[in-house]
Amino acid sequence: MDALIRVEDLCKTYEVGDIRIPALNGINLSIGAGELVAIMGSSGSGKSTFMNVLGCLDVPTRGRYYLEGREVGSLNRDALARLRNEKIGFVFQGFNLLARTSALENVELPLIYGPLPAKERRRLAGEALQAVGLAGREDHHPNQLSGGQQQRVAIARALVNRPSIILADEPTGNLDTQTSREIMELLTRLNQEKGITIILVTHEPDIAQYCRRIIRFRDGKVLADRLQGDRSGQGPKGTEVEGEV
Amino acid sequence: MKVSSSLKVALRSLKVNKMRSFLTMLGIIIGVGAVIVMVAIGAGARAMIAEQIAGMGSNLIMVLPGATTAGGVRMGGGTGSNLTSDDARLIQEGCSAVKAVAPIWGSATQVVYGNQNWNTAVTGVPPAFFEIRNWTLTAGRIFNEQEMNGAVKVAVIGKTVVENLFGTEDPLGQVIRIKKIPFTVIGVLSPKGQSSYGQDQDDVVYIPLTTAQKRVFGSNLPNRVRMILVQAADVSLLGEAEKQIEEVLSQRHRQQVGQLPDFTVRNLTEIMATAEQSAKVMSLLLGSIALVSLVVGGIGIMNIMLVSVTERTREIGIRMAVGARSRDILFQFLTESVVMSLVGGLIGMGLGILGAEITAYFTGWNILISTWALILSFSFAAGVGIFFGYYPAYKASRLNPIDALRYE
Repeated sequence: MDALIRVEDLCKTYEVGDIRIPALNGINLSIGAGELVAIMGSSGSGKSTFMNVLGCLDVPTRGRYYLEGREVGSLNRDALARLRNEKIGFVFQGFNLLARTSALENVELPLIYGPLPAKERRRLAGEALQAVGLAGREDHHPNQLSGGQQQRVAIARALVNRPSIILADEPTGNLDTQTSREIMELLTRLNQEKGITIILVTHEPDIAQYCRRIIRFRDGKVLADRLQGDRSGQGPKGTEVEGEV
Repeated sequence: MKVSSSLKVALRSLKVNKMRSFLTMLGIIIGVGAVIVMVAIGAGARAMIAEQIAGMGSNLIMVLPGATTAGGVRMGGGTGSNLTSDDARLIQEGCSAVKAVAPIWGSATQVVYGNQNWNTAVTGVPPAFFEIRNWTLTAGRIFNEQEMNGAVKVAVIGKTVVENLFGTEDPLGQVIRIKKIPFTVIGVLSPKGQSSYGQDQDDVVYIPLTTAQKRVFGSNLPNRVRMILVQAADVSLLGEAEKQIEEVLSQRHRQQVGQLPDFTVRNLTEIMATAEQSAKVMSLLLGSIALVSLVVGGIGIMNIMLVSVTERTREIGIRMAVGARSRDILFQFLTESVVMSLVGGLIGMGLGILGAEITAYFTGWNILISTWALILSFSFAAGVGIFFGYYPAYKASRLNPIDALRYE
C-alpha cells in the first residue's frame, strides 16, 4: 500500500521583490497512515512551510506531493479547499476559533462546507466535542473557555470531518505544562484509538517525546528522521513517561 | 455551502455588529425612504393636475374676442367686444366636431344677503355650461332652458359664497341681491377647490346668461359675451373643432384673407398638458435626487464591508483552512451586504410611506404612493447591495489562506 503522504524533491521558494528565499529545498519523505510524527527545527528551518504544503494551504514551487497516492501540487484553489475539508484537520498554536460563536458551532464549521444536513452536522459536532471531553460545553463561547479547553474545541473541529490527517502547528505553544500534557495525551489517544495520522510541529523536546517518529528540519532540508524506541502506550500515562525523560 | 447556512452566517455577523449594521443600513433606509416620499409628492402633483383637467371639463376650447384697438394702441386679446351669443349659436350649428357650447358673460360684483355682502364673480351661463365643466350640485338644481329664455332671476352659487353669505344657514330658496336685483338661490355647486393657478373655483355665482345680459350687466352690444366655452365631441377632434370654429367665425365676422382675426381660439387641454408635463419633470427630478442618496448609501455599504473584510481576515483564513471555497466566502460576504440593503430597503419603504403620509398631513399636498415606486426603490436597493457588496466580497474570496490565518 502506498504511503499516506509522499513528497519528492519538494521545493518552495518565496519571492520578496527581487530576492528569492528558498524555504524548502528538496524534501523527500513519506509518512504512513496511523503515524504520529513530530517535526522539529529552529524558526526559519522550513517546518511551517512544509506543514502549509502538507495542509494544502500552499502549493510547492517544485517537486511532487502525493496525498493518498494523488498528486496535489497541480490542483486549483477549489480542489485544494475540498481536500482540506475532507482529508485534513488543522490545530493551530493560537487555537483560531471564531469569536462570539459557540463551541458547537465552531466544531460544526468544516461541516457547513460539506453536503450534510444541519441536523446531522449538529450531531457529529456534538460527538466530536464529547470525544475531546467537552460534553456539556456546547454553548460556551471561546472567551468562556480556558486555553486548554479552547484547544480541545479546535481539536474537535479538526476531528469532526473524520480526516485522514491532523496537522498541529505548535498545538501546545500557548499552554502551560499541565495543559500541554493533557492535550498531547488527547492527541496520542486519537492517534491510537481512531488511527488518525497526526503530524505536529513543536519546539519542545518534551512534546516531541510523545511521538514515535521525529523529523528535524534545518535550512529547508531534512536533517534527521529517526524513530524512537517503541513507546506506544506510554503517552496516555504521561506521568510515567515524565519520570523517565 | 447551502444558501440557508450562508444566510444564517450572514445574519449572525450582522447581529454581532448591531450598531454598525444599523448605521450602514441607514444610508439605504434614507435613500429608499427619500425615493418613496419624493415620487409620492411628484405623483400626487400629477394626479392633482389630472383631476383638475377632468374638473375643468374635458376637451375644452375657449373662444375669446380679439384685441381692441384704441387710437392705434392694440389692447390684449379678449378685450374686444365683438363676440355674441349668436356666434355661439352658429358654432353649435355649423361645426360638426363640436358637442356643446356655453357663451359666458359676467363680471365681479357685490352680492348681498341680509346684512352680509361678498364680492364675487357673477357669471351668466347657459344650462349646458355645467355639463361642459363637469360640475355637479350638492343641493338644489341648475336652471333650465325655459328659465334661461325667460331671463328668470335665479342663481346657482359656489361653496365659498355660501360660506361667506349664509354661514351655516341653508341657502336654498333664499333671496340674494346682485346689483340690487333679487335672485332666488336654486342650487349649490359641489366644491372644486383651487385651480392650478391658485384661483378659488368655488367663489362663484352663476345666473342664466340672458338674465345677465338683459338685467344685470347691460352692454351697448346686445347679446355680447366675454367668451365662448366649446366642448369638442372627442379629444381627437379638438384640432378639427378649432379649425371649424375659426372658419365659422371668420365668415360671420367677414374677415379678409390675411387680416388678423378679431377673435382667439385656445385649447385648454394643451395648457393643462403642459402643466402636467412640468409636474412630470419635477417628479423625475425629485426622484433622481433621491436615487443619488441611495447610491451614496450603497457606497456606505461598500465602505463598511471593506472594513469588515479586513477586520475578519483571520476568520476568512480559518474558514478557508477548514474547507471553504472562494465562492463560499464570496457568497457569505455578498449575502451580508444584500441582507443589509434588503432589510434597509424594507425599513426605508415603511419610513417612506410614513414620511409621505406625514408630509401630506402637514402640508396638505396631494401625495400618491404608487406600487411601482415601491418596487423600483426596493429592487434598486437590492441592486445597490449586490453591486457595492461584490467588490469587498470578491476581495475576501481571493485572500491567500496562509496570509489570512497569520493576519493580526
